[in-house]
Amino acid sequence: MGDPLFNNGLNLAVWLILIGKVLVVFLIVLLSVLFMVMYERKAVAWLGVRYGPNRAGPNGWLQSLADGTKLLFKEAFMPRAADKVIYRIAPYLMLVPVFLAFSIVPLGGTITIAHHTTRLQLADPPWGILFLLMTSGVAVYGVMLAGWASGSKYPLLGAVRATAQMVSYEAVLGLTTATVVLVSHSLQTSAIVAAQHGGFLYKWNVIHTLFFPFALFAIAITAEMTRPPFDLVEAEEELSGGYNLEYSSVDFAWFYLAEYAALVTNSAIITTLWFGGPDGPRIAGHSIGPVWFTIKVLIILYIYVWIRATLPRLRYDQLMDLGWKRLIPGALAMLMIVAGFQVVPTSTSKSRIVRGFLDREWGLAAIAASFLLIAFLWRAIDVGHGAAASDDAYDATFTTEVDK
Amino acid sequence: MYAGFLASAASSGTDLANASAWAVFLVGAAMILTGAFGVILLRNPVHCALMLVITLFGIALEFIDQSADFLAAVQIIVYAGAIVILFLFVIMFLGVDRREAAGPEATKFQKPIALILGAVSLVEILILSQVDHWVSGAPSVAGRLDGPGENVQKLGQSIYTRYLLPFEMTAALLVIAVVAAVVLSRRQQPGASELRAADKEKLVVGPGGAE
Repeated sequence: MGDPLFNNGLNLAVWLILIGKVLVVFLIVLLSVLFMVMYERKAVAWLGVRYGPNRAGPNGWLQSLADGTKLLFKEAFMPRAADKVIYRIAPYLMLVPVFLAFSIVPLGGTITIAHHTTRLQLADPPWGILFLLMTSGVAVYGVMLAGWASGSKYPLLGAVRATAQMVSYEAVLGLTTATVVLVSHSLQTSAIVAAQHGGFLYKWNVIHTLFFPFALFAIAITAEMTRPPFDLVEAEEELSGGYNLEYSSVDFAWFYLAEYAALVTNSAIITTLWFGGPDGPRIAGHSIGPVWFTIKVLIILYIYVWIRATLPRLRYDQLMDLGWKRLIPGALAMLMIVAGFQVVPTSTSKSRIVRGFLDREWGLAAIAASFLLIAFLWRAIDVGHGAAASDDAYDATFTTEVDK
Repeated sequence: MYAGFLASAASSGTDLANASAWAVFLVGAAMILTGAFGVILLRNPVHCALMLVITLFGIALEFIDQSADFLAAVQIIVYAGAIVILFLFVIMFLGVDRREAAGPEATKFQKPIALILGAVSLVEILILSQVDHWVSGAPSVAGRLDGPGENVQKLGQSIYTRYLLPFEMTAALLVIAVVAAVVLSRRQQPGASELRAADKEKLVVGPGGAE
């Protein structure tokens, strides 16, 4: 079950490999951030029919390195009203969970170093996917404390917004992840990838779970990392920057790093959970898992950039409406529907359709119940909106009365 | 995270597994105690809440040391990831964080009573730890920890078979609590019409009167 690296106990070589893997994963995330910043700027420029950065290095690809270096040498100052300790800790609180989350992502098959076979995955705990939810839960602290510790109004407002947003969307994240766990029969990330192995696209969870849970998951994880169109946490027009407004120099660099590292890590996690991870056809008899993995992540990253270049920002009430009234009921219903289809049919009929729909009474009951749930919730939302509308109508009549 | 792996590598040497289990326990215990003292001794409510998070992480570490992986994860997801976040949220919203001390103590007898109760429970735990089989009920209901099956699997099976009724009852209770919370919080707002009636009175005083 676990990594074959530990089969023969621990010795110096195993420790060295382990330390090496930690460093490699750290570097992957770090370098992918440097790349991602440029990737995004280039792609946004391309979508906007502009040149984009084209000065530093070949075709401007070293611009993010130059920016980063410049940022490190800037003056670091702290507001007088800041809470000194927490102000300093907050950037790291944001950075650590992102790097930790990447450690459970399976990047490919196994590799043999000095007679020790090991997985291309830093850690593979049997409760892997819970670890992901854990890191996303803890990541809230960075934003919240950064905003609070700055001792200033706008960052605090940004932090309060961010916290409400992240806590709200975590529920959707958990529910849709549960759908994956249902069809994969395991919490372990390597097992989730293994369950999707054996059919390009056809066996991937995105198809296997009827697409909707994936869509909900993608929306929720976008909101979770406050990417556009859910970036009202750092709405420049209203908050002039958001939770990291009072940060400068290295500390700001950490926030920037954490933001893009989260983007890369979450794309990797989407790949793992829904697109088969490193699964893909072999080329010339060689398994090229890491290559497939990278291609998938790059495509997802491009989609994120594309969304940023296309969609306008949501309003706060729209955000909350979407999260609580649409996504959570939707995720619940999809969980029930997928669970319904997971019930093993007792029928021995040869026909696929008969086996698919008959003789799984409990499963069908669950599916029907979830449709009923959706209908009820829809009605409830309608009633709520009706009440709000009649309030507005009252307002309108009242205003005209006074105006007379 | 590697505690489980280290423990499972016991075939090579139980000494190492034991040592690592002890190391994890000691680190966890240190975190729990630091956090607990921090919650009591620090002045700023936000710092106290953060210290509580350290305690929760320490407890999660101890759970992992006991091979209760699922509990550890849930401990972090639910307590550190949601409940303390809500504490902090309320603290920030109410703005109590900038007040140094809450003036004279609201209840003067609180401190001595807390001390007495703390001492009593400490003595209780020490006495109970000396008595064998003081835990009521079976130490394990889902089978041996080192038996077949994973921790999460066993937990799920016992929740959805043997303990289905308590589990469902808890779920119903939580739903009721949520509905009650919504109802109560909605009711405490001044009714929409009342507010507007007051506004209206003010406004009909005359031009320039209330504006």
